[in-house]
Amino acid sequence: MRDVAIVAFAQTRHTATDSGLSEPELMLPVLEEIRSQTGMRRFGFTCSGSCDYLAGAPFSFVSALDAVGAWPPIAESHVEMDGAWALYEAWVRLQHGDVDTALVYGFGKSSLGDLRSIMTLQLDPYYLYPLGLDQLSYAALQASALGASRADLDAVARRSREAGATNPHALELPAEPGDPVVDPLLAWDIAPITDGAAAVVLAAGDAIADLAARPAYITGIAHRIDPHYLGMRDLARSASAADAARAAGVGKGHVDVAELHACFSHEELILREALGLPDSTLVNPSGGALCANPVMATGLIRIGEAARRVMDGTASRAVGHAASGPCLQHNLVTVLEG
Amino acid sequence: MSNRCAVIGVGQTAYTTKRHDVSIAGLVREAALRALEDAGLTFKDIDAVVIGKAPDLFEGVMMPEAYLADALGAAGKPMMRVHTAGSVGGSTGLVGASLIQGGVHERVLVVAFEKQSESNATWALSTHLPFNASLVVGAGGYFAPHIREYIRRSGAPDHIGTLVAVKDRLNALKNPYAHLKIPGINREMVESTPMLWEPIRYLETCPSSDGACAMVLSSESKVTGTPAWVLGTAMRSEPIFRAGRDTVNPQGGKDCAADVYAQAGITDPRRELDVAEVYVPFSWYEPMWLENLGFAAEGEGWKLTESGATALDGDIPWNASGGVLSSNPIGASGLIRFAEAAQQVRGMAGEHQVDGARRALGHAYGGGAQFFAMWIVGSRKP
Repeated sequence: MRDVAIVAFAQTRHTATDSGLSEPELMLPVLEEIRSQTGMRRFGFTCSGSCDYLAGAPFSFVSALDAVGAWPPIAESHVEMDGAWALYEAWVRLQHGDVDTALVYGFGKSSLGDLRSIMTLQLDPYYLYPLGLDQLSYAALQASALGASRADLDAVARRSREAGATNPHALELPAEPGDPVVDPLLAWDIAPITDGAAAVVLAAGDAIADLAARPAYITGIAHRIDPHYLGMRDLARSASAADAARAAGVGKGHVDVAELHACFSHEELILREALGLPDSTLVNPSGGALCANPVMATGLIRIGEAARRVMDGTASRAVGHAASGPCLQHNLVTVLEG
Repeated sequence: MSNRCAVIGVGQTAYTTKRHDVSIAGLVREAALRALEDAGLTFKDIDAVVIGKAPDLFEGVMMPEAYLADALGAAGKPMMRVHTAGSVGGSTGLVGASLIQGGVHERVLVVAFEKQSESNATWALSTHLPFNASLVVGAGGYFAPHIREYIRRSGAPDHIGTLVAVKDRLNALKNPYAHLKIPGINREMVESTPMLWEPIRYLETCPSSDGACAMVLSSESKVTGTPAWVLGTAMRSEPIFRAGRDTVNPQGGKDCAADVYAQAGITDPRRELDVAEVYVPFSWYEPMWLENLGFAAEGEGWKLTESGATALDGDIPWNASGGVLSSNPIGASGLIRFAEAAQQVRGMAGEHQVDGARRALGHAYGGGAQFFAMWIVGSRKP
């Protein structure tokens, strides 16, 4: 495959409540930062990820184009998925060889509605939705299936909260467990409601050296989806994450840093196992989704955070992971190297 | 440059107001199985699935690719969900083709659908306070002023829209999948229907349909059966609120067409293409897009329509299938255009086949006439 690298990454200072900014207004400073990092205003391809249901109105991506500018008209597409899949689409597009740069972004404001019941609308409308499980209930079901100890869950949550306290983009959250929510999940096991946005620039060919002194090369990227029905999966494992990790070549070398899209403490345990990460891998030094979860940008931020550590030299090989669907149904794994 | 890509299977459901007999999963699976059967393949032969549809508010299922993975045989494979407003069907085809052209996969299943009977389309297409002033005008109310401006600029006579409405419904009578089949359709019938949004009458608008369309796309080495070769692909977008953009004859459409023609080596689309499937949801969009896509000079598109050139027996048939005016499951409508273009150059369009079609255009647009997706397919390998 053609060499493609991440050469720039920017994100908002995420907020726990609605700051009054519209989605284009949320995107604009992030895009300005990307422009100043790269010195570029036009890209060979543009792709974004967002979800209409967060705001409860159609066409969230339409007004976001106003923030991009998009004039003269641009070659552009959109996935109704996390921005990580927009990054995948852009990586594929760069494989064609006729364009050398791509802008990728994702954004979401989950403060606008009731995220827990909105995510329930993702379930099969005929057989699963009527059961009345909200997002927290089916996550708790998976946590129970895994049967992890409270000490293991606490270790993930505590480490994430402590790391998040050093990340200026993450929310300010107390390093304490909080109240029980749905057994066995406590408040700090659950990713917080967050508004935010992020953007990444991909480059290929000569553009890589032109745009970054230390690019983060994408040496592997793959994604897989599992069956939807929770009863058809072993919820204690993630077959699709393991398959994607194999296809991306995670095991071909030591992983210094992994940013995992775990919206619940137990998901990190399942993902570490699926990706075959050893104890020596530093997981979620950003604090991860447990410290900031701007839905539809969270996965893209994991890839951006992993790339940032390769670009600043603190890691020579890093993994960025994104997830979608109920109980880690759909997983995308990216390997980044200096 | 990129790898060759071909359409080797096409599957469509019948388009109708309400499919009582199938779930959403059943609807998409029906189209997918027909496409696989056409290609002589099964789900096992597919590397990846790309699905597209318009706003999720249409069916009330958020990000339905998660739920539809099982029905489309995607479990254990990569699956993507595309959404680019009305152009999404076309974009879905292009994202699928891109996976082949980029050398990532050998065979990709693309599926697009809408089950509009699950909700109210005008509601699902309207943004509301606090995001926008809530006009609740739907697509017809939005596009009618653009059509009036086209008529003012071009001096087109009033009956041009009627001609398109009749022509596309005559073509639909030859298409077994078409939604609107109106025996005896003629100008008097169209002109007797109520005015919805001046100058668009009831029979000059698209219907609201349930339906799905699927295609199997293949790399050169994995071609089975009769291929339609992809000769060019292009997408363009422009911002909806940019002051000064020409919403009647958008730059994005012109640029997208220029890009796809250059890839296919086409300099005169009217002469060098044999048939075009173009997204015409309101009758007047035929003359408007004839100009935007370079089939006629600016201000002259309506003359081409009036002359009969775009009829099934004309020199450049547009929407031989009956088009969006005859079948409109919104999220699928673009992919149906792309698929019908492929069927024409495969010689498999049935009763609405254009004799000897070798090169065909598939076109879709969406949003405030700001998103464009196009491809050109041909019977001969590029």
